[in-house]
Amino acid sequence: MTTKLFGERVQRREDLRLITGQGRYVDDLGNGALAAAFVRSPHAHARIRDIDVSAALDVDGLVAIYTWEDLPERVRDPLPLLIPHPALTHGRTAYPLAREIVRHVGEPVVMVVARDRYLAEDAAALIEVDYEFLKPVVGIEEAAQGAHLVHQDVPGNAGAHLVQEVPSPQGLGAGEAIDAAPHVLSFRLDFERSASMPLEGRGVYARWDADDRSLRVFSSTQTSTSVRMAIASKLGLPLPSVEVIAPDVGGGFGVKIVHPWPEEVLVPWAAMLLGQEVKWIEDRREHFISSAHERGQVQHVRVGFDDQGHVLGLDVTILHDHGAYTPYGIIVPIITATQLLGPYRIGAYRVEFTSIYTNTVQVTPYRGAGRPQGVFCMERTMDRIAAHLGLDRTEVRAANFIQPDQFPYDQGLIFQDGRPLIYDSGDYPESLRMIKELIGWDGFAALKAEAEARGRRLGIGIGCYVEGTGVGPYEGGHVQVTSDGRVHVSTGLTSQGQGHETVFAQIAATELGVPLDKVSVVTGDTRRFGYAVGTFASRAAVMSGNAIALACRKVRDKALRIAADALEADPRDLEIEDGVVHVVGNPGASIPLGTVAVLSNPLRYAFDEETKRATQFSGVASMDRPPVDEGEEPGLEGRDYFSPVRSTFASGMHAAIVETDPDTAEIRILRYAVVHDCGRLINPMIVEGQIHGGVAQGVGGALYERMVYDGHGQLLNASFMDFLMPYATEVPYIETAHLETPSPLNPLGIKGAGEAGVIPVSAVIASAIEDAEGITIDRMPISPSDLHELRALAAS
Amino acid sequence: MKPSAFDYHAPRSLGETLEILAGAGPHGKVLAGGQSLIPLLNMRLAAPSHLVDINRVAALDTVSVEEGGVRVGALARHAAVERSSSVARAQPLLRAALKLVAHPVIRNRGTVVGSLVHADPSAELPAVLTVLDGSVRLARHAGPVREVPAAAFFTGPLESAVEPGELAVSAFFPSLPPRTGSAFCEVARRHGDYAMAGAAAVVSLDEDLRIASARVACVSVGPVPVLLDVSEVCAHRPAASVDWAAVARDVRDRIDPEGDIHATAAYRRHLTGVLAERALRIAAQEAADERAEETSHG
Amino acid sequence: MGEALHEITLTVNGVLREAKVPGRRLLSDCLRRELGLTGTHVGCEHGVCGCCTVLLDGAPVRSCLTFAVSVDGHEITTVEGLSGPDGSLSPVQRAFSECHALQCGFCTPGFLCSATALLRDNPSPTDDEVVEGISGNLGRCTGYQNIVKAVHRAAELMGDEA
Repeated sequence: MTTKLFGERVQRREDLRLITGQGRYVDDLGNGALAAAFVRSPHAHARIRDIDVSAALDVDGLVAIYTWEDLPERVRDPLPLLIPHPALTHGRTAYPLAREIVRHVGEPVVMVVARDRYLAEDAAALIEVDYEFLKPVVGIEEAAQGAHLVHQDVPGNAGAHLVQEVPSPQGLGAGEAIDAAPHVLSFRLDFERSASMPLEGRGVYARWDADDRSLRVFSSTQTSTSVRMAIASKLGLPLPSVEVIAPDVGGGFGVKIVHPWPEEVLVPWAAMLLGQEVKWIEDRREHFISSAHERGQVQHVRVGFDDQGHVLGLDVTILHDHGAYTPYGIIVPIITATQLLGPYRIGAYRVEFTSIYTNTVQVTPYRGAGRPQGVFCMERTMDRIAAHLGLDRTEVRAANFIQPDQFPYDQGLIFQDGRPLIYDSGDYPESLRMIKELIGWDGFAALKAEAEARGRRLGIGIGCYVEGTGVGPYEGGHVQVTSDGRVHVSTGLTSQGQGHETVFAQIAATELGVPLDKVSVVTGDTRRFGYAVGTFASRAAVMSGNAIALACRKVRDKALRIAADALEADPRDLEIEDGVVHVVGNPGASIPLGTVAVLSNPLRYAFDEETKRATQFSGVASMDRPPVDEGEEPGLEGRDYFSPVRSTFASGMHAAIVETDPDTAEIRILRYAVVHDCGRLINPMIVEGQIHGGVAQGVGGALYERMVYDGHGQLLNASFMDFLMPYATEVPYIETAHLETPSPLNPLGIKGAGEAGVIPVSAVIASAIEDAEGITIDRMPISPSDLHELRALAAS
Repeated sequence: MKPSAFDYHAPRSLGETLEILAGAGPHGKVLAGGQSLIPLLNMRLAAPSHLVDINRVAALDTVSVEEGGVRVGALARHAAVERSSSVARAQPLLRAALKLVAHPVIRNRGTVVGSLVHADPSAELPAVLTVLDGSVRLARHAGPVREVPAAAFFTGPLESAVEPGELAVSAFFPSLPPRTGSAFCEVARRHGDYAMAGAAAVVSLDEDLRIASARVACVSVGPVPVLLDVSEVCAHRPAASVDWAAVARDVRDRIDPEGDIHATAAYRRHLTGVLAERALRIAAQEAADERAEETSHG
Repeated sequence: MGEALHEITLTVNGVLREAKVPGRRLLSDCLRRELGLTGTHVGCEHGVCGCCTVLLDGAPVRSCLTFAVSVDGHEITTVEGLSGPDGSLSPVQRAFSECHALQCGFCTPGFLCSATALLRDNPSPTDDEVVEGISGNLGRCTGYQNIVKAVHRAAELMGDEA
């Protein structure tokens, strides 16, 4: 590694187009395409008796109207259940257009295609659907009682039930360990719904080429390769005839990993049928009621511990709200159940969850994906133990930490990738030391007392987490050096703002010894790379980063072999610097990488001066060997894959100081501090940006955002007026420190960073408010109104 | 989220505007800043068949300090009124409240009169008009001009006294009498959101700096801004010796707020008491300061 | 039975542009569709997110809360018009890149327009003034910290150049 770019604060290469208005998001493409709009169910649970489209037929510019009845085989089938699991005994997915029953407000019922979106909405407004109302099932606990059913064939509305148990080192079950413990607490916790809410909604634009029978689809997705396979399968097209491209994507945060969305099937289908380009761009209301939410859980906790706060037994029972369908399986509650343990080594653990259907928008991963709930549970538990024992909250945590010499540490559970939950590395005591120092934990009591004397109420809180990142199964990278010396990198997973074009270029430039500006990176384009899983679970840097590094190493080896031939040197004596291969200690003996690329591809035909060197009469080729050696391929390129044995585990600790207004109950975050360990940093600037954004979403989830359903299953706050995403005025300044504990599980030693910021925020803020107020906080988010009601309750 | 089709009218004079509105009757809607109307149109919660765009009627783009107050024309943007220093001198409460209206970008386009006509009981400007006893001037084609006092102008949530065919041409915000202070306090979920509770207060002192009159208009606690006269509870005392807790209690006793997704009724009632007290105390202080200034200059 | 179309003329980024639009065409859609300027983004269509912010006669406004026909004859500046005629980046644009003030970039054009207007009116804003100036724009990626930093940095760059 001669060119030091790995680890540098390199400015992003994505920025230029994005700050000049030259980005290409899906709605920036296909200006002339027909527009789709959908008639969506206004009811949470109803039977469709009749659909009358007659009034819409006269709308100027109308092209087509489709209901479920109009859809051909395969297209009309229920959407796939993406991640089957033995415990998901009653998995259910939606039809692309409702067939007979609608199960949440916003479910698509009729598709309209017209000349533009205005006209499509005109037609949609004139379509009359006659519904017979069915009893809506809303609220996790109400649904769990099963008096009314979301799916008639799912008793108790229970889609899945899973128990995992880890006995104590002494062989006790959790129940026994708790019963035998000196101290026992039991309590209930609530966590409300929020949503990814990227500023660009979903969108699909399809071009069907009737001449060569090929389909090109642009989708605002986190997984173009998998969308491609789904579309080919649904439409009965050969895979090579379908290409899917994720262009610039305006944020994902989890919601765009779900696929194929109904629209991702219907829009390409309509484009083929109509022989015209069709585009659907989700509007904000559609995004609220027709995409996905997350987070809603009710947790019942029993914990047994000793006088020092060591957890001897923990038993957690979770009711998880899955909404109306389970296309993404039970990944979210599995993550809650397994990541709940965080940095702790506890006695016995038992966790049980039931995943419940309700007549609400489906629940699929949103940044953090079940972890914020799990961390909330564990960290609230730690605070309760501290309060019960009269110990400092950080002492109780420290008493339970896994120690640096205990890695790899097996938690004894099965993680979301179906593999054992074994932590690879970490240093939790050091993290704690750093966060206490950063926030000024030990000096806070004086600060608090001083504020109190002036009538102000301050509180401090802390939260710790461990995050399994970089889950498999694999990602790949392709690296090609062309005769102009440029390096073209591609990987199949997609980008939604993480700066992949920059960090992957940093990796490639470092591995190959070329200047950064010679490297270009393409992600999420199946024309360039067909095999991939997708961007989720903080996995892109770990998976594609390592795959690209491995592919670069192949290219480097090959370049050195060819250069060694040309320079009549030993490959082991060669080095690549600034895009030039040279003999170590003899800079005169060198050959540019571009020339190596020329030599790598024996030519019959020259197309410029440079390539003459590789033609058959140039005299460079050995006459003893075939032009392309056995085991070699023409071209200076390499492809490799990275498939780790299991996930790598990043970790972090956050702390905050909040102020609550004694009169108005307003809650203000005065300071917010983060210590973060994601192994080796590729680009600290980008990692910090990820943390800032995550914390901001965490603050939203802790203090502002909820999805408010009424008893009829109507989402009462389906707009940015009432779903309160924080503005700049609501997000505190975030102080960040890094700890770098390399992962032993991958060549670059990195761990994922994408979700980290969001994970512990609710736990931290709850801890701080509890400290300020002296009132137990057991549900999040919390608003001034909630705090006021809690105060009133505490006073009565 | 695209608006339904409508016939678009772009009159250039007041007369032309009124004629078109008369013709459109209940199917007509006036477009000024559009910052409240266009979201409703985009969501198709409103679908007028005639949209009368007054943005070209230059005669309505006026802000003037008149005898006894500030008159704001129908096309005067929030930002223009907020920036006017003569307005701030003549009626400081207007600027104080405008700073709380949504975000600067919205205020660049939104109009003061438009906010009044929109008649959102959670909005700041209706409370300001109410506490100041201001009025709105309504005109119609071939008919008399009406000057409707605030007390009669706001008739319900998002409902005002403007009748089909009428145009609100201006609003009048009376200046404060001498030895009078004002203040606006509110708490919103996020900066710039509609307030969960808020109070516009006006307090007048007598020669001896005792509170002669004290009034608050409360937002988000009823179908229209709720005006409360708390002079009696202030008991003609100097601000420093008023039983402010009793004032807050009085305010809480006299309102009947409803709960919604952002605040329970109980919280709103409590918060209104807190904010009314805060606003009244600031207003009283301001009145006293003004008196002090008068004395030192006099 | 098509809708009546209105012929309008806008000066967009200094260039006179003509379009025929129905009365209900939002300025955001007109810029993107009729004029092909897709840098202005649409994030909510109810005036809250600020992605569609453009400068109307120099002042930032929501283009999704403005009918194109209503601003006939006016001057519009979009993100595409923030760079110099030679393509050189404005101080605000440079600062956004330098300070990593954008991630997915979808909200960025709105922030750039708001920040440009803010600094024109107030060349050396305080922290509070910066936050107030961008308070009408939602972002979901950056947590705003680097955006605030970028606005200050842009003020510095403008000061250096003045």
